[in-house]
Amino acid sequence: MSVDKETVRRVARLARIAFPEERLEPMAGELNRILAWVEQLNAVDTSMVEPMTSVVKVSLKMREDAVTDGAKAPEVVRNAPSGEDNYFAVPKVVE
Amino acid sequence: MSKLTDLSIAEAREGLKNKAFSAAELTEAHIRAVEKARALNAFITETPAIARAAAAESDKRIASGTMRPLEGIPMGIKDLFCTKDVLTTAGSHILDGFKPPYESTVTRNMFNDGAVMLGKLNMDEFAMGSSNETSYYGPVINPWRRKGSDAKLVPGGSSGGSSASVAARLAMGATGTDTGGSIRQPAAVTGIAGIKPTYGRCSRWGIVAFASSLDQAGPMARTVRDCAIMLKSMASHDPLDSTSVDIPVPDYEAAMTGNIKGLRVGIPKEYRIDGMPAEIEALWQKGIAWLKDAGAEIVDVSLPHTKYALPAYYIVAPAEASSNLARYDGVRFGLRVPGKDITSLYENTRAAGFGREVQRRILIGTYVLSAGYYDAYYIKAQKLRTLIARDFEEAYAKCDVLLTPTAPGPAFGIGEKTNDPISMYLNDVFTVTVNLAGLPGLSVPAGLNSEGLPLGLQLIGKAFDEATLFRVGEVIEKAAGATPRPQSWWEV
Repeated sequence: MSVDKETVRRVARLARIAFPEERLEPMAGELNRILAWVEQLNAVDTSMVEPMTSVVKVSLKMREDAVTDGAKAPEVVRNAPSGEDNYFAVPKVVE
Repeated sequence: MSKLTDLSIAEAREGLKNKAFSAAELTEAHIRAVEKARALNAFITETPAIARAAAAESDKRIASGTMRPLEGIPMGIKDLFCTKDVLTTAGSHILDGFKPPYESTVTRNMFNDGAVMLGKLNMDEFAMGSSNETSYYGPVINPWRRKGSDAKLVPGGSSGGSSASVAARLAMGATGTDTGGSIRQPAAVTGIAGIKPTYGRCSRWGIVAFASSLDQAGPMARTVRDCAIMLKSMASHDPLDSTSVDIPVPDYEAAMTGNIKGLRVGIPKEYRIDGMPAEIEALWQKGIAWLKDAGAEIVDVSLPHTKYALPAYYIVAPAEASSNLARYDGVRFGLRVPGKDITSLYENTRAAGFGREVQRRILIGTYVLSAGYYDAYYIKAQKLRTLIARDFEEAYAKCDVLLTPTAPGPAFGIGEKTNDPISMYLNDVFTVTVNLAGLPGLSVPAGLNSEGLPLGLQLIGKAFDEATLFRVGEVIEKAAGATPRPQSWWEV
C-alpha cells in the first residue's frame, strides 16, 4: 500500500488541512516511510487474536440518566474567535 | 540549611510543618528561580500572582494546624492540563488565547490538597514528540550539558518543560502526561523520577486529549518518594472520566519499606536491542546487581512481541489523535484563519495552527482510518496490543516487577534528530509497550554517563501496583546515590 500525491491531497482534504501543492509530494514520501515501517506488523499471524477494546479489565460503571450540568452558554462560547448572543459565528453556509 | 529550592517535597513538608520557613518564603524562592531561568524556556506562562495567593492561604492553614498533603509546595503544571482562567495551549498555535472555563480533575485534586502553581510548562505540541522541539513556543533546553561542552541538549519530551523545571530546581514537582513515554523518557534524560500510572488511575478529564486509549497523567519530581506523595493527590476516581477506575488510592509512602527481599524481578531479554549503547547495557547490569544485593531474585523473562510495539503505537496513536484533534476548527476556541467559505476556514485554520509533526500524524491517522484501510491498520494494531498485553501477563506469572533501561541513550543535541521522524520515534522503544498494555512504569535516576549526563532505569509493574514500583524504585535510588544538581549556567 503506497501513498501517492493524489492520496495525500485526498487525506489532507478529509483531515481539513490546507496543503500547498509543493508539500504534497514530500509528505507522500514521509508517509510512505512510516507506513513501510509499520508494515512489519504483517509478519505476525493475528487471525486468532481479538483486537484490544479496553486496556484495563474493568467494566464501565453505570450512572443515573440525569442532567447534571449545563445552562452555561456564556462560558461555552467565551473562547470563540467570533460570535454574538451566545452563538458561534461562521461564514455563511446556506445561500 | 540548604537552599529552599534544593529541598525535596518530603523535606519541604517537614520544614513547613515545623515552621522552619513559611510557604510564602518557599514560593518566593521558586518564583525567583523561575525568573532567573528563562533561558531554559521551560514555562509558557508564569503565574506568580496565583502562586503568592495560594502560598498565603497555605500559611494560614499551617498556622491553624489544618495542613493538607501538598500544602505550600510550588509546582509546575504541564500546559496540557486545563487550568481555570489560565492560558492553556498544549504547546500549539491553534489554542492561541484559550482560557478554559474549567479545571482539570488532576489539577483540581492537587490544588484542593494545597499545591501552589508556579505556571504552565512548555511541551511538545499536543504532546507529540520526544525532545520538546515541536512546541510552537520553541524548544526547552536541558539544564544538563555534556562535560566541557556548552552545546544545548534536549530535555526529552513531550513533558520537557516539566523535566527541565524540576531538574533545574525551578519547581519541586511537575505534572506530566505519558502516551508513549512522555513522562519517563524526559525524567530519565534530566536525572529526575517520573511515573506513568496504570491507565485509569488518574482522571483524564480536562487534559487536552492526544490518544485517549494511551494517555495517562503522572508526577515528575526529584525523588521517588516525592512522586509517591504527588500521585496520592493526583489519582482519584472521577465520574467525569468513565475510564477512571473506582479503586481506592493506596498510601504509597507507607508501602516504601525499603524491603525487597524475595521480590522477583524480571529481565526481559527482548529489551537488549541491536545497537544499544554499551553504557545503557552497563547501567542495566548495575541495576540488576543493586536489586540482587538488596535481596531480590532475578528472573529471565520473555516479551516476544516487544519489537512490534512501536509500529503498533504509530498506528493507534495517530489514529486516535486525528479523531481527537478534529475539534480544532477555528470556530469554538483558539486561532481562526478566515477563508472564502466554512471549509476553507477549517482548512486554513488547521494549516496555520498545527505544526509539521502534528499535521504528519493527523494525516497518518486519517489515512489508516479511511475506508478500506481500517482493518489492515487500526484493527491489526489493536490485535498486536492484545498480544503485547498477553506477553506481560505471562511474564508476571514468573515475576513481580520488570527492570529495563528507560531510554536508549542520554539527552541528545537540539536539532540532531528533527529530520528523521523514525529515529525520533525510537526514543520510546522501551517505554511504549507499557502504554499499549495500560501498565504502570516508573523511571528512576540511576547515575551519570561518561559525559556527565543522567541516565534512568525503568520499573514496570502489574496493573494498579504502583506501590511496588515506589518500593523498588527507592531501593535503586539509594543504591545509585543522589544525582548531583546540574551546574546553574542558565541563571541571569
